[in-house]
Amino acid sequence: MTAETLTLGKAINTGLRKAMENDPKVLVMGEDVGKLGGVFRITDGLQKDFGEERVIDTPLAESGIVGTAIGLALRGYRPVVEIQFDGFVFPAADQIITQLAKMRMRSLGALELPVVIRIPCGGGIGAVEHHSESPEAYFTHTAGLRVVACSNPADAFTMIQQSIASPDPVVFFEPKRRYWDKADVDVDSSDWTAFDAARVVRPGDHATVLAYGPSVKTCLEAAAAAAEDGRSLEVIDLRSLNPLDMDAVAASVDRTGRCVVVHEAPVFNGYGAELAARVTERCFYRLEAPVLRVGGFSTPYPPSRLEDHYLPDLDRILDAVDRTFAW
Amino acid sequence: MTIDSVRGAPATAATAEPEPVQLLTPEGERVEHPDYPLELTADDIRALYRDLVITRRIDLEAVALTRQGELGLWASLLGQEAAQIGSGRALTDHDMVFPTYREHGVAWCRDVNPLNLLGLFRGVNHGGWDPAEHGFHLYTVVIGSQTLHATGYAMGIQRDGVLGSPSAGAAIAYFGDGATSQGDVNEAFVFASVFNAPIVFFCQNNQWAISEPLEKQSRIPLYKRAQGYGFPGVRVDGNDVFACLAVTRKAMEAARTGQGPMLIEAYTYRMGAHTTTDDPTRYRMKAEEESWKLKDPIERVKAYLTRGDLADAAFFDGVEDEAKAIAADLRKGCLAMPDPEPLSMFEHVYADRHPLMTEEQEQFAAYLASFEEEVAS
Ligand SMILES: Cc1ncc(C[n+]2csc(CCOP(=O)(O)OP(=O)(O)O)c2C)c(N)n1
Repeated sequence: MTAETLTLGKAINTGLRKAMENDPKVLVMGEDVGKLGGVFRITDGLQKDFGEERVIDTPLAESGIVGTAIGLALRGYRPVVEIQFDGFVFPAADQIITQLAKMRMRSLGALELPVVIRIPCGGGIGAVEHHSESPEAYFTHTAGLRVVACSNPADAFTMIQQSIASPDPVVFFEPKRRYWDKADVDVDSSDWTAFDAARVVRPGDHATVLAYGPSVKTCLEAAAAAAEDGRSLEVIDLRSLNPLDMDAVAASVDRTGRCVVVHEAPVFNGYGAELAARVTERCFYRLEAPVLRVGGFSTPYPPSRLEDHYLPDLDRILDAVDRTFAW
Repeated sequence: MTIDSVRGAPATAATAEPEPVQLLTPEGERVEHPDYPLELTADDIRALYRDLVITRRIDLEAVALTRQGELGLWASLLGQEAAQIGSGRALTDHDMVFPTYREHGVAWCRDVNPLNLLGLFRGVNHGGWDPAEHGFHLYTVVIGSQTLHATGYAMGIQRDGVLGSPSAGAAIAYFGDGATSQGDVNEAFVFASVFNAPIVFFCQNNQWAISEPLEKQSRIPLYKRAQGYGFPGVRVDGNDVFACLAVTRKAMEAARTGQGPMLIEAYTYRMGAHTTTDDPTRYRMKAEEESWKLKDPIERVKAYLTRGDLADAAFFDGVEDEAKAIAADLRKGCLAMPDPEPLSMFEHVYADRHPLMTEEQEQFAAYLASFEEEVAS
């Protein structure tokens, strides 16, 4: 094992590099991904080493970026597209939703579009509007896309490579406020957790907490705090939002009888609604309380001075945990 | 000549740089242009100078406030003052501006309190002024979106039946060179053209879209794009406040009298970083920045004023002092700017009370109150 201590951002960079080394068809494209290495430096050094033909600074047009990535994929390439910030994926929404997601089915399986769309997502960095959003539900709602969210450096390293290898288009969410979190990553092993599998990141007995992306860390902190009060929370990092590893979720909730879902996106019609409905269907007789959801409010993302109130934090998670026990 | 298989033929022939409209040289000499006669009194010129200096000072103060952690971010207009003041001073009260996030100089011309601009960057609001009051729409961060709004607004002016009358206004949309690649901007060109809408597209070509130079967006000079859409385009020296004023005036007047849209490419340079979080040393040469310093938009007006004995040291000192005082006020105002009330998040999302907003607001109020009880007990 070759363990390297990497930030989450560097882990994605390293994963991209490996994928590019292993497959000459892998391309990186987006705004400022070349010399600058992306505004978060996730593609740092790649253009220098792989050239301008494989690491492409595109014109400033997201629909153009995704649309041409589709064409490149039709020609046998594996484009990895960077959307600079979550709020700027919407100009590309048409290409993603009406074209990218549906082409396999429309061609009766003849066409394959292995396009990865990387989106730095979520809040907590004090940014101006459109730079802190969590648009995953728009994409999990779109059949034909795989949607994943990494939460830590090791997963980021493997999941980006798995996404690139995937024959289906993948929307790959990166928790931007965790880009600088560090951990040991085994950069040689290919003994990877299955792409679709959720993972128990903290075992526990009294309640299940479901999270993904940036919220996983917050939930782990909440679980540590709850442990001091004698409550043992099981935290599950979903990792893949579509498909969803429902067996892992149900197995946990069947044991604990309680479930709290946490995400940064607005609760109303958020991804947690799907989780709550499915957990209720699968675990109805085991549930001691309704599934509770903690998330962003159902308002536009607020000015950054209020984001600490908007984002689910330790206290709001623990409050929901209290409520599930008080039921 | 080798042809690069990926990037195509070398761009030299297609992009031989045309001469921009210029009325004041970098050395501060007044020159004439047959299409753009401009008469300015000494007072007018001193007023423009004052605008330029104050705008730059406001911008510098905002950069400093960001460095000190008072703002989350700032998009500096350093180097683009003439493009903004020249075009901004060409407008009347009936006109409507649709800015990006960098139009602090235009905002100044529209009497938007600079403190209000800081709100967005400090993170206390998403835009703290009434667009109708100032004829200055909210800043738009999503690249290019506002050009369509401006076009639609112009179509509204057209439908009001006021074009050609003294109360006619026109719309002016600001955007950058990078923005010209966006679908929205190209669609705005199409709509404006097809409907002959009273709008001026004012592109500040500051040569860079974050780290990407103009060649990544266009193989021809941007103003030439207009022709393909069916309306005139012109390139103006964006560091020449006289030329920007004259060209924008003429274009706006044409729009107000029903002659349709026009594209102005103000050829300028982003002297600073893209925003305070950017590091231009990663992608551009110091020498390029240095060469543009020689074309400074403020220095040439100062040289003109000095050479023509149109202003004395007392005037220049006076402007300097005034700019300093405005910056000091801005700083004070910024530091005193309170954080918004947490419960304000739920306001203004809908016109009327909305059950979901009410429910979440009440729940959150109760949640916040529970902490106060804890503290109290
Ligand atoms: C739709 C969209 N995509 C990406 C961004 C991120 N972004 C902010 S500014 C910018 C470059 C803009 O360049 P340009 O249009 O030339 O204007 P300038 O900033 O130079 O004034 C980019 C890519 C954005 N704000 N909106």
